[in-house]
Amino acid sequence: MSRKLVVAGYGMVAQRFLEAMAGSDWDVTVLAEESVPAYDRVRLTSWYEGESLDMGGPPEGVKVLYNTPLREVDRLNKTVNGDIPYDALVLATGSRPFVPPIPGADLPGVFVYRTIDDLRSIKEWAQGKRVGAVLGGGLLGLEAANALKGMGLLVHVVEFAPRLMPMQVDEGGGAVLKRHIEELGLTVHTGSACSALKPGGMVIGEQELDVDIVIIAAGIRPRDEVIDLPKGPRGGYLVDETCRTADESIWAIGECAALQGVCYGLVAPGYAMAEVVADRLTGGQAMMTAPDTSTKLKLLGVDVASFGTPFAEGLDVVVSDQLSGVYAKLLLTDDAQTLLGGILVGDASAYPALRASVGGPLPGPPLSVLSGQVKLEVQQVCSCHAVTKDHITEAIAGGCQDVPALKACTKAGTGCGSCVPLLKQLLAEGGVTLSKALCEHFAYSRQELFDIIHVRGITSFNALISEHGTGRGCDICKPAVASILASMSNGYILDGEQAALQDTNDHFLANIQRDGTYSVVPRIPGGEVTPDKLIVIGEVARDFGLYTKITGGQRIDLFGARVEQLPQIWRRLVDAGFESGHAYGKALRTVKSCVGSTWCRYGVQDSVGMAVELELRYRGLRAPHKIKSAVSGCARECAEARSKDFGIIATEKGWNLYVGGNGGFRPRHADLFLTDASKELLIQTIDRFLMYYIRTADRLQRTASWIESLDGGLDHLREVIVDDSLGLCAELDAMMAKHVESYSDEWSDTLADPNRLARFVSFVNAPDTPDPDIKYAVERGQKVPL
Amino acid sequence: MSVDVITQWTTVCPISRIQPERGVAALVEGTQIALIRTWDDELYAVSNRDPIAGAQVMSRGIVGTRGDAPTLASPLHKQVYDLRTGECLDVPGVSLPTYRVRCTDDGLVEVAI
Repeated sequence: MSRKLVVAGYGMVAQRFLEAMAGSDWDVTVLAEESVPAYDRVRLTSWYEGESLDMGGPPEGVKVLYNTPLREVDRLNKTVNGDIPYDALVLATGSRPFVPPIPGADLPGVFVYRTIDDLRSIKEWAQGKRVGAVLGGGLLGLEAANALKGMGLLVHVVEFAPRLMPMQVDEGGGAVLKRHIEELGLTVHTGSACSALKPGGMVIGEQELDVDIVIIAAGIRPRDEVIDLPKGPRGGYLVDETCRTADESIWAIGECAALQGVCYGLVAPGYAMAEVVADRLTGGQAMMTAPDTSTKLKLLGVDVASFGTPFAEGLDVVVSDQLSGVYAKLLLTDDAQTLLGGILVGDASAYPALRASVGGPLPGPPLSVLSGQVKLEVQQVCSCHAVTKDHITEAIAGGCQDVPALKACTKAGTGCGSCVPLLKQLLAEGGVTLSKALCEHFAYSRQELFDIIHVRGITSFNALISEHGTGRGCDICKPAVASILASMSNGYILDGEQAALQDTNDHFLANIQRDGTYSVVPRIPGGEVTPDKLIVIGEVARDFGLYTKITGGQRIDLFGARVEQLPQIWRRLVDAGFESGHAYGKALRTVKSCVGSTWCRYGVQDSVGMAVELELRYRGLRAPHKIKSAVSGCARECAEARSKDFGIIATEKGWNLYVGGNGGFRPRHADLFLTDASKELLIQTIDRFLMYYIRTADRLQRTASWIESLDGGLDHLREVIVDDSLGLCAELDAMMAKHVESYSDEWSDTLADPNRLARFVSFVNAPDTPDPDIKYAVERGQKVPL
Repeated sequence: MSVDVITQWTTVCPISRIQPERGVAALVEGTQIALIRTWDDELYAVSNRDPIAGAQVMSRGIVGTRGDAPTLASPLHKQVYDLRTGECLDVPGVSLPTYRVRCTDDGLVEVAI
């Protein structure tokens, strides 16, 4: 029996915790108060710009109970909410917005700023309104002000403290920040308190302002009311440096925890706590170190950063340039030898380097450092994963030539992402100039070649290389161009000059093996096959003496076919109703499926039917790399859809679409892209996803690294293929419609034409003589190459 | 003293059987040969045996150029060979045996081994 772990709360910190626990032997249940998986609350405001806040959803095997807040905990019997047992309970209940006791705070039109639901209500209410006010000039308040401004409202910001962002910046920084924000047309009232809210108005000191909507962003309070455990001085479940509460089976992480008495309202310390508890629950000995509360953000277009302990005692160096609106403060120890912290407003470009220097000496005179005259030697590049500059330079020397490669190799840049610009800088310093040339024959990337071929209407390699290349091509550019031509024109891939472009697999429509023979994979859509057809495969394998193996994609691979045997083998297969499985092509391979609702007592949709439909729709589609897919009939995910380029998992209401997964050398789970989609929306989205991939990916780039390489990643993809931000969708739809209409089975077409069959001979001067060098042994009852 | 070398030519196929920028395999006195026709209708004959993988596959490789050299790439692991000399351009010290080849006036391809 595996031990039971209950996680109360499903926000960002819980998500990080679940990811850190993935692969452990704990049986995990999550209580989620909201109806959706964790989302990126740090970027909440960008929800208004249509950006996805998706964080990938729960890891495999985790059971999530949505719309289920933590109501009660029975510590004696170790259960929550009455009947859910736990061996360990991790509290990640977060915090709630603090609403000061102002008269009228409960009026309609008064909101808080915490959840997507809050944002939705604000948006509805703000329709057609003119003036808005935000109570609170901290981080969250300025975010909310930004959101209201984005909706076209006039905005007042009211802050009780004498400056904006009192937690992060000092008076000088606050003044520069205030000036920036006022220049944007917002009205800032610092040192002011709101004494009452009224319908359509608010009272500040002596003044009464007309306002149509009010957002209260006056801070947060930990949600610590459910369990009677010791609390911190300002609330929050009191935890020690291992994040354990006074009850040894109960842990607390994130904003609901008072780590040695202190609550942290930032995500980075929450993540650190999540990692510590995950490590402890899986037998480790991790401890919390003093959390890093450094932050850098762009508020209303103004860079603001604070790092280290900027309010400690020490020597300070302040640069305040009111002309250009830049403020910077460095705090040093009394001997001026060690950087303690600092504040940057208006220009935070020195932040990564300065933050990394905290606790060590400044590399030059403070004024020169601040004015950018001294280049800082950054030691720690990625704080999320503790990657140092040495790691990065080593990786670059070891062959990492771009940011995705560095991410894969060092994990740097895969946490908060804030060090990605630094990674680019280090790549440039390392002498990497990212050449986009495909090979010596073309100075263009695959995407550029695609556009050239598309726009100029080029239909042959000869025309392309004579006008846009040099030489006569090679094993890199020829198959790449062949693939582009095939994606575009969708004709038979081996006629005329195109035959000379194909790799041997596409040339013989089979997969070459190490002894020079080929393997044959007939298409078995969705893995569904009748007994009669199965018998034909068996008979063909027996009659031609082929080694037979079931593939991972729910098909059957027949090995050891010689070139001259391929047409005979395929004649039998085509007569029995089989088609090419394109196992040899950079093309759609299979759409794997579980048995689904047709037979399975758990299935909620017909996954086999969907898989068959998708496989038949996209069969033969040529792409920059192979494409795999799977459809699962329920959340148990037996078809392993999340390891595919596009995976579909049935829900009670429709289909969830995941994109960008793969197995292979660097396994990656696909990211959630659509939720509860109808079949029509699902297919339309996959159409566009595949066509956009085919148009813009690099040669031999799988969908996962393609998405990573897109500027803006998954969000960009969503803008292009869901919101149609580039106006491309109609064209992508048309390309796919053309593919679907003009599909024709390559092996049937080959068998029907004697000219096309002419190449399938062992020797041009002895067409029926088998290659005398091919020799076999027998292993486990089947032939294998010597 | 001079020695007259009499070359023994074997007719393999009409030139039309070899598509430009592709190859065919031929069996000549028990030796497997890859016959390659380049874009400018030059003919080359090299061993069909991939010297690295050991399989008889070279005739199925991709034909192209590297700099000025006409090339043939192994279909198994893509090492590239200079068709004029048989020398492997990617792995030092590896080469393909080369053979003499010609096309007669009436369009027949002949090989001498």
